Amino acid sequence: MNAPADFSQAGELVCPAGTPAALRTAVDAGADTVYCGFQDATNARNFPGLNFTLPELEASVAYAHARGAKVLLALNTYPPAGKFDLWRAAAANAARLQVDACIVADMGVARHIATEHPGLRLHLSVQAAASSPEAIRYYCQHFGVKRVVLPRILTIPEIRAIKQEIPCEIETFIFGNHGLMVEGRCSLTSWLTGESTNMDGVCSPAGKVTYEEDANGGLRSCLGGFTIDRFAPDETAGYPTICKGRYAAPHRPEGYYAFEEPVSLNLARLLPDLMGAGVHAFKIEGRQRSKSYVRKVVGAFRAAVDAVRAGATPDLADLVALTEGQKETQGAFQTKKWR
Amino acid sequence: MELTLGPLAYHWTPERRADFYARIADEAPVSTVYLGEVICSKRAPFFEREIPRMIERLTRAGKRVVLSSLAEVMLKRERQATDGLMEIEEHEVEINNAAGLLARGGRAHRVGPFLNAYNEATIDWMAGQGATHVCLPAEMPRDAVAVAAQAAATLGVGVEVQVFGRAPLAVSARCYHARAHGRTKDNCKFICEDDPDGMPLSTGDGQPILRVNGIQTQSESYIELLQELSGMGALGITHARLMPQDVDMVAVAHVFDEVLGGRIDPDEGRARLSAICTGTSFSNGFWHGEAGYRHISRRADAA
Repeated sequence: MNAPADFSQAGELVCPAGTPAALRTAVDAGADTVYCGFQDATNARNFPGLNFTLPELEASVAYAHARGAKVLLALNTYPPAGKFDLWRAAAANAARLQVDACIVADMGVARHIATEHPGLRLHLSVQAAASSPEAIRYYCQHFGVKRVVLPRILTIPEIRAIKQEIPCEIETFIFGNHGLMVEGRCSLTSWLTGESTNMDGVCSPAGKVTYEEDANGGLRSCLGGFTIDRFAPDETAGYPTICKGRYAAPHRPEGYYAFEEPVSLNLARLLPDLMGAGVHAFKIEGRQRSKSYVRKVVGAFRAAVDAVRAGATPDLADLVALTEGQKETQGAFQTKKWR
Repeated sequence: MELTLGPLAYHWTPERRADFYARIADEAPVSTVYLGEVICSKRAPFFEREIPRMIERLTRAGKRVVLSSLAEVMLKRERQATDGLMEIEEHEVEINNAAGLLARGGRAHRVGPFLNAYNEATIDWMAGQGATHVCLPAEMPRDAVAVAAQAAATLGVGVEVQVFGRAPLAVSARCYHARAHGRTKDNCKFICEDDPDGMPLSTGDGQPILRVNGIQTQSESYIELLQELSGMGALGITHARLMPQDVDMVAVAHVFDEVLGGRIDPDEGRARLSAICTGTSFSNGFWHGEAGYRHISRRADAA
């Protein structure tokens, strides 16, 4: 095995690579690190047309390493009993292809890698839902986890406080899809479609999505036959993600976004505060996104992080335009009123 | 196989809780009762003082009492509550968050359904750290449950599966009860108390689909695994969990007990259960590896 990769510089930009082409795009646009997965249930973005074959990952690791970028492999689903061998094989391949770290959630997977591939660095996935210093320390103590990806539910002062009490690096999401449920604890997709986010790596799978026209010319977006949202003829129909649908409650008969409006997370303005709070790495969501999206977002955040490092004010106008439905949020990070 | 009563997920008034557990103690054919607040740390002060009395009442009636910990641990009061619970030695504890695992160290404990014990490797790890009993995630299909249960049996670890009640589908840092009423978690005024069986959500077509219980999202229909019950023991499952709902839970427990004992067949059990749970439909899709909300009847491999 080669010498371990250098993860020491704070302000690391961790970028999505859904395909080999997206990986090369992200690296060329200035990613310090890219994250990706295999074409199977071992990662939480097990979508058709995404992810890497073994030869693709091998070539991609070589491409990234030749340009000084690091590659993380997401092994962040929960193997159902009887299928653990798939995760075992993925871990062996990760070690053989010299990825720089594996992102894990399941304790069995973490223990397996810590025991069988002790040279392989471990990051704790957001899917592990470690949101307290005690939970984080559990994974550090037992599996030697070097970095935790924090759930998107903490304010900046809370992140600062956690940093004081844990022995590992912190990575936070700064841009992209804004998940509302505790990651790794959500079976909504499984309930409506029979495909599981935790066990199969899918969330509101495209194969179960339909759009149906109403009599008035409006559109219904459906998942597994259930209406998740309705749109007037002049509205843009969104993707039917269960936790971003409109539902009626007894005293809200008109229907409302019961969980969250379809907004995207954008913490560009908070980058300096996050670095000040001790966040080591910034993660951009979006392995399902196009190359052009990756190029624009990574390029803009590269410039923003470099500006913050230089003590300047970053220019962020372009990033707002990329946000889903043009609406963005700072989620929980700015205020606990979000809760 | 034994029947258990899982921890109450809802915010019932203290009086109602006391009456409920008194009746469970006297009349429900369950061997084990899980007590404690799993969903929202703000609720605990309302009934904490009553817990010793409930324990005493249940224990006197011959029930084994297990104290369950919070699923979401983030705030200081949640961390303290978890640490405090893990100090308890005179009763068993069921842990629902990794923060609890750290505090418990290698001492004996049960693993709750929120800890994601999905596979034999994880159960093996947990057993080595003191786990004596594991409640599997509700979404696990029969094939995976069977492998997990065999592994657990080898390790001497008990295995529990939810056979009745709304499916726990998600938890969040945000309170959706408060949100529905234009409030936030910090000024919720305990509006969730108004919905002792969860707040119903319907789709734009008026189809009931989910229930909100504070930070938790549950299924509209109840999981009901009566037809599957008789085959569970052979798979290595040691305990079947009934989740408290706003129905006659003593009657529910009797139905499951009679089906388990072979005194009535699952069809009759289901008819009785329907009469007890008026207006609520039943689901068993998770068990059969299909969409959870479905109800699969009479398959050759049903159990």
